[in-house]
Amino acid sequence: MKIVIQTDGLTKQFGNFTAVDNISFKVQKGEIFGFLGANGAGKTTAMRMLCGLSLPTSGKGMVAGYDIEQEPEKVKRSIGYMSQKFSLYEDLKVWENIRLFAGIYGMKSKDIALKTDALLKQLGFESERDSYVKSLPLGWKQKLAFSVAIFHEPKIVFLDEPTGGVDPATRRQFWELIYEAADRGITVFVTTHYMDEAEYCDRVSIMVDGRIDALDTPKSLKNQFNANNMDEVFHQLARKAQRSDN
Amino acid sequence: MNLYQQFIRGSQFWAFVKKEFRHIMRDNRTVLILLGMPIVEIILFGFAITTEVNNSKLAILDPSNDKATLHIVREMEASKYFNVVKIIHSTSEIATVFNRGEVDMVIIFGNDFNEKLNHTGGAQIQLVADATNPNVAVTLNNYASSIILQYQMELMMQQKVPYQIKPEIKLLYNPSMKSSFNFVPGVMGMILMLICAMMTSISIVREKETGTMEVLLVSPMKPLNIIIAKAVPYLVLSFVNLVTILLLSVFVLHVPVAGSIFSLTLVSIIFILVSLCLGLLISTISDTQVAAMLISGMALMMPVMLLSGMMFPVENMPKPLQVISHLIPAKWYIMAVKKIMIEGLPLKYALKEIGVLCLMAVVLIGISLKKFKIRLE
Repeated sequence: MKIVIQTDGLTKQFGNFTAVDNISFKVQKGEIFGFLGANGAGKTTAMRMLCGLSLPTSGKGMVAGYDIEQEPEKVKRSIGYMSQKFSLYEDLKVWENIRLFAGIYGMKSKDIALKTDALLKQLGFESERDSYVKSLPLGWKQKLAFSVAIFHEPKIVFLDEPTGGVDPATRRQFWELIYEAADRGITVFVTTHYMDEAEYCDRVSIMVDGRIDALDTPKSLKNQFNANNMDEVFHQLARKAQRSDN
Repeated sequence: MNLYQQFIRGSQFWAFVKKEFRHIMRDNRTVLILLGMPIVEIILFGFAITTEVNNSKLAILDPSNDKATLHIVREMEASKYFNVVKIIHSTSEIATVFNRGEVDMVIIFGNDFNEKLNHTGGAQIQLVADATNPNVAVTLNNYASSIILQYQMELMMQQKVPYQIKPEIKLLYNPSMKSSFNFVPGVMGMILMLICAMMTSISIVREKETGTMEVLLVSPMKPLNIIIAKAVPYLVLSFVNLVTILLLSVFVLHVPVAGSIFSLTLVSIIFILVSLCLGLLISTISDTQVAAMLISGMALMMPVMLLSGMMFPVENMPKPLQVISHLIPAKWYIMAVKKIMIEGLPLKYALKEIGVLCLMAVVLIGISLKKFKIRLE
């Protein structure tokens, strides 16, 4: 299997505070990799380093075959990103948002036009093509945001708590989109605090106080911690945390 | 090199600029502020806020009531500055009319005014003005004095005094003493500063607030390009405003552009750059749109209004304020515009102002780029 994310002793310090403490892991192509941890455990900082937004204090990281320290621009061109905060422009129309982000990722106008039609058809959004994004229901917005994040066919898509505030039914639909993307070979790196979603992941890592304390498939983690579900696993680990919630 | 080519081909860059224009055009409030405000301000400053004082209310205390006093009163009444609203009969009434706010000025003639004027030369006249607004009081005083002086002059002419000195006052550049000559450059400085600095900072901070900035930073678009692309629409709009202001000032306020349009545009471009950098700087230190607006308002607009020489002459301020006023870009811009536009001087006479603005631009670009990079980390 091809490795698309690999970190080796990745560390980030802010003054005396070690936000990310010597983490090493590998993610395979097409995998859905869950990145769990309580607030303040260092998830966001680790993710920012992987996206080329922040330089590591020490350690190495390779994303999509590029060194995150040496070639952050190439890393950025190979990934897609969707944040917890809704990341499309509310005052732009659906097609304008797609076009803008496709343009930012350097796609050609002709390709954009063809692919936009296909995408809207696939999502069943054809009638909403000219609607302003602010008029869409939240679940639709999230699906659209995800589709825009993978519109340029990135090798990896980073999702930062993508389903925050969405009802369970819509969350399930959202995960169907994630599975489709993974089937197409796009690696999905997702943070979440919904433990039922952790069960959907191929493998899950759990961060505590900047370290990765557990990393395996949900099934073996449950065996290992003698737990019925991921929620119990998470709480057993999180209880050991020294840091406060922030 | 690859990135440079991408920039030139520009699909990424122009897609972004187009989006910025859409943000602006779809927000009615922004459009109104951007395009309506210059018009409103020019008209306000040009017509409503003038230092001319017309139709002031005047009371007369005239115990003489002779040829000379009647003539002076008639002249006062005839001028557009004064309306005689009350005739009072004793000094005790003076306080009353002021207290009631019935008049702005009282003119008190001495006894036997005409008699004394023609024979002893010791005729007395007293002007009493309400100085709660000192500017108005001084202006009224000047108007009244000049009317009285005028009369005195006429008398001297009649008596054929062989030698007399007749001062002739010539007002350069603004012969009719219109305050709009002073305000047009001021409004230009204010509007350009407002649009470039305040609007740019708000639009950058809005992306921080909504979370879209994060997505942009993760994208392959260079942060510098994001900033430039965000500034382009405001650059275009400030040119539209520049043209609007100049057209209004020429055709509505009758303030001519005496110097070269080219020089004026050049100075304006430099000033716009300085303002854009200030906006960028503000966006790096504020996290919410409200904060950005307040900082722009307090740190930029107030000093521009108060210390740029637009309303109050800088020369009369205490030394520390004068020193501070040197740091205000709008002051230098307004000085340069006055020289080029009102006085019609060639560009070389505004070199000092242009030099200072250029220096400010370089320093500000340096600081804000550095700040922006630090913020990304």
